[in-house]
Amino acid sequence: MVKVTYVSHDGDKTTVDAEEGASVMHTAIANDVEGIVGECGGAMMCATCHCYVDDAWTAAVGVRHDEEGEMLEGASAEVTERSRLSCQIKLTPELDGLVVHLPEDQI
Amino acid sequence: MSREPVVIVGAGQGGLQAAISLRQAGFDGPVSLIGTEPGLPYQRPPLSKAYLKDGDPEALALRPQSFFETKDVSYLPETTVLRIDRAAGRVEVSGPAGETALPYGQLILATGTRNVRPRIEGLEHACDLRTLTDARTLRDRLGAPRRIAVIGGGFIGLEFAAVALKQGHEVAVIEAAPRLMARAVSPIMSDAFAALHRGWGAELYFGQPAIAVDAGGVTLASGERVAADFVLLAAGVQPNAELAAEAGLETGNGITVDDRLRTSDPAISALGDCACFPDPRTGRPIRLESVQAATDHARSIAARIASGDDRAAYGAVPWFWSDQGDRKLQIAGYAAGPETTDTAISDTVVARFDTHGLAAVETVNSARVHMKIRRCLAAGEEVDLPQLEELAEG
Repeated sequence: MVKVTYVSHDGDKTTVDAEEGASVMHTAIANDVEGIVGECGGAMMCATCHCYVDDAWTAAVGVRHDEEGEMLEGASAEVTERSRLSCQIKLTPELDGLVVHLPEDQI
Repeated sequence: MSREPVVIVGAGQGGLQAAISLRQAGFDGPVSLIGTEPGLPYQRPPLSKAYLKDGDPEALALRPQSFFETKDVSYLPETTVLRIDRAAGRVEVSGPAGETALPYGQLILATGTRNVRPRIEGLEHACDLRTLTDARTLRDRLGAPRRIAVIGGGFIGLEFAAVALKQGHEVAVIEAAPRLMARAVSPIMSDAFAALHRGWGAELYFGQPAIAVDAGGVTLASGERVAADFVLLAAGVQPNAELAAEAGLETGNGITVDDRLRTSDPAISALGDCACFPDPRTGRPIRLESVQAATDHARSIAARIASGDDRAAYGAVPWFWSDQGDRKLQIAGYAAGPETTDTAISDTVVARFDTHGLAAVETVNSARVHMKIRRCLAAGEEVDLPQLEELAEG
């Protein structure tokens, strides 16, 4: 199990236990965390699972790839250097304790 | 705010989204979600893509069981709606607990579609691919290499074909129309995907409807035989509009709704694959089979019911996707009608114009162009050919 903390736009924190290998998007959906939509189910066809990786975790999570960045151009909320599509972040033991911040909106 | 009960018929992605959006919008009356299938609501698109590869049903769940408890949504799986009693404002249902009636103030029809079963002799030899149960059967039967015939060269047939080819099966695709994905994409894109599938090893048959299926394969109208020991039927779907029609609601190509997604009875709305609605760009009645239409319709209807404000017309831009092999086909906008003019902007970008202007842009592995066009169409910005060429060059 890997712990992930989602911080809503209002600052509410939800910490859940995730399966290793699951994505940050899927973990949010499976645990009914609001603020992640994941409309296309992780096919990288929409930009509704946008999250901001916490400063402390950007190095461990790594950078987004080109196509992910292109889809993020269609994200509803502001895109920053810390923006990722959470369906593209797979949870590994190295990410135990990961913190991601959720945008104001996804649609 | 109204607190009258909302009943949602159909627990696919659109029906569930309506329940989610009602609660997000602060609606605090009773909400019931009725579905015919067992288990929790799940995503259908991966059934012809990721699920065929990984077989993981948990990855398909749209919401956990806890959602229905925390959001106080009454979920009734394995339940069929027998009749809508509009005069009494209730639906009569039959489920595991027997028959009962549910009162509604607002009814949302999200009944979706079912597979078309053309008049083909021996069709019982063919498998469907619409439900999780279908997909499980398909996975079980494809454990060993097979010669597969796919009846229907649309998105689902081709997505399946690409996965099956990759898994080492022999695949033939039989399409009654003269080209692949004829209802959904331009002839230019049809040709490009025909070349791709042939390159991956598929045999393609065009302009020949299948007339018979047996244990040894498929017979075409021309008399030609396509040998196969496994046949998939993927010849399209038809809307589930009977319940609405029997209740006296206007139907045609699905359940007819206005630009607020209301049926001919203002207490009843319809969404997603089963709903025929005015195209916000052209005003023409259209029916879309997509996640986008299902979820955007659901949000629009939920917002109207929760607020009681029906001033906002539905206006979302359609978008579609299909994963075939290593190609991501994305379509921004929607083009229909014989007057569509198609232009290849580059090898991977096709623009479709009609009398109203830019109708749709098809892209292959070009998310940047796709997202840009979606934004332009949503903003109502005119985009001409030189601008598209510049955009495609990036």
